[in-house]
Amino acid sequence: MTLTKRVIPCLDVADGRVVKGLHFSSIKDAGDPVQLAEKYSKEGADELIFLDITASQEQRETIKSLVSKVAQVINIPFTVGGGIKTLQHARDILLNGADKVAINTGAVKNPEIITELMELFGKQCIVIAIDAKRNYNVEDGKNIFSEDNQKFWFEVFIYGGKKGTGLDAIDWAKKVEKLGAGEILLTSIDMDGTKNGYDVLLTREIVNSVHIPVIASGGCGKPEHMLEIFKNSNVDAALAASIFHYETHSVDRVKEFLKERGIPVRL
Amino acid sequence: MVKVAIFDYGAGNIFSLKNSLEKNDAQVEIITSFDNVNSYSGLLLPGVGNFDPAIKSIRDYSKTDFVDFVGNDTPVLGICLGMEMFFEKSEEGKEKGLGVIDGEVILLPTEMKIPHMGWNDIQIERSSKILEGIPNGSWVYFVHSYRVKPKNDDVIVADSDYGVKVPAVVEYKNFFGTQFHPEKSGNIGSVMIGNFLRECKK
Repeated sequence: MTLTKRVIPCLDVADGRVVKGLHFSSIKDAGDPVQLAEKYSKEGADELIFLDITASQEQRETIKSLVSKVAQVINIPFTVGGGIKTLQHARDILLNGADKVAINTGAVKNPEIITELMELFGKQCIVIAIDAKRNYNVEDGKNIFSEDNQKFWFEVFIYGGKKGTGLDAIDWAKKVEKLGAGEILLTSIDMDGTKNGYDVLLTREIVNSVHIPVIASGGCGKPEHMLEIFKNSNVDAALAASIFHYETHSVDRVKEFLKERGIPVRL
Repeated sequence: MVKVAIFDYGAGNIFSLKNSLEKNDAQVEIITSFDNVNSYSGLLLPGVGNFDPAIKSIRDYSKTDFVDFVGNDTPVLGICLGMEMFFEKSEEGKEKGLGVIDGEVILLPTEMKIPHMGWNDIQIERSSKILEGIPNGSWVYFVHSYRVKPKNDDVIVADSDYGVKVPAVVEYKNFFGTQFHPEKSGNIGSVMIGNFLRECKK
């Protein structure tokens, strides 16, 4: 055997509760983060990711205490992200029991934070979250793709998918690897919330451009989507949120489904 | 209740390790030097941080040497970086290692994704105190960029496959090392922590 593919439940947290909504609209309450974390951990989740979607200054203390509460009830790795912009903030989260921090906007605005964090904590602590979206205004110097006779490139977005940066996602992925990122959490804005499956093209291109692990995110609506992304790309992990929250699918059942179809998973 | 110490290099999450030890009924103290008398039944070198700063924090801020502090009888569990520090030197840094096990620490094969991150299974090569009750082929959580290369292969009690055979567990005298993170490896990892604490009680 060798390294298994990871199945990672994601908990979007706002005001201390797990929520799920389509791009911040019509947000529904999905439960208590500590209880859900413990449940997923017991069901065989390979890792957990917490994203503080409010990510406001006032929420920082809440998140710190939430991190330590979660760390007490699980014995698998977990990553915390959302609004992390300074070394001090990242350090607070790591010292309270998180194993990794996920940074998006903070790294685009100040790429040096990646290297600074690596030197202090090691690269295994640093997950760079990349939110990417197709941009059909084709420009020179971008990595151009085409689907259905339409040409486009993948643009990096920040502030929770609200603001384009002009950065090419593939170039940015290579750059964050060089700066010291240990892993990439790749979300397809085009697929996120659709429940139509992961973005195979984007995922494959990013995975083939770097030598660090990549987590695919955005679009998972059923276990078949995880199978599809693992079969069609060399991605290391697949993240999903809503399929786990409402008891539609348990983590162990999804992993059994994958195993029966030849994907190496830990069971 | 068995009392153990975690040495904190000040570089990351030791909360999970402390938590895991406490769940196995240990009393845990966090120490940052070896200057106080060793009143502990065991010592843990956690697996977060970077080789040079971690070695310096162990070597430069104590009047007592690590080797004198633990002697021949205090069991020491080194996790990931903590295990790598047992060796003489590492490609991650310029500083000398603790040198309690002969050999060096080298980069993982570059054709593989680095870090080696995730759940991999272990092949048990020989029986070991730390692996008592652990089935061959158990899954454990790895996250590392370097591997140890002992001068004498006999210290390797289990390995894992990542392009090459990666030593996963080493044992030499009172020094136990795991390349993976038992505190992050679910119930299997917790059994190993319990095994280590049993050694500490002896």
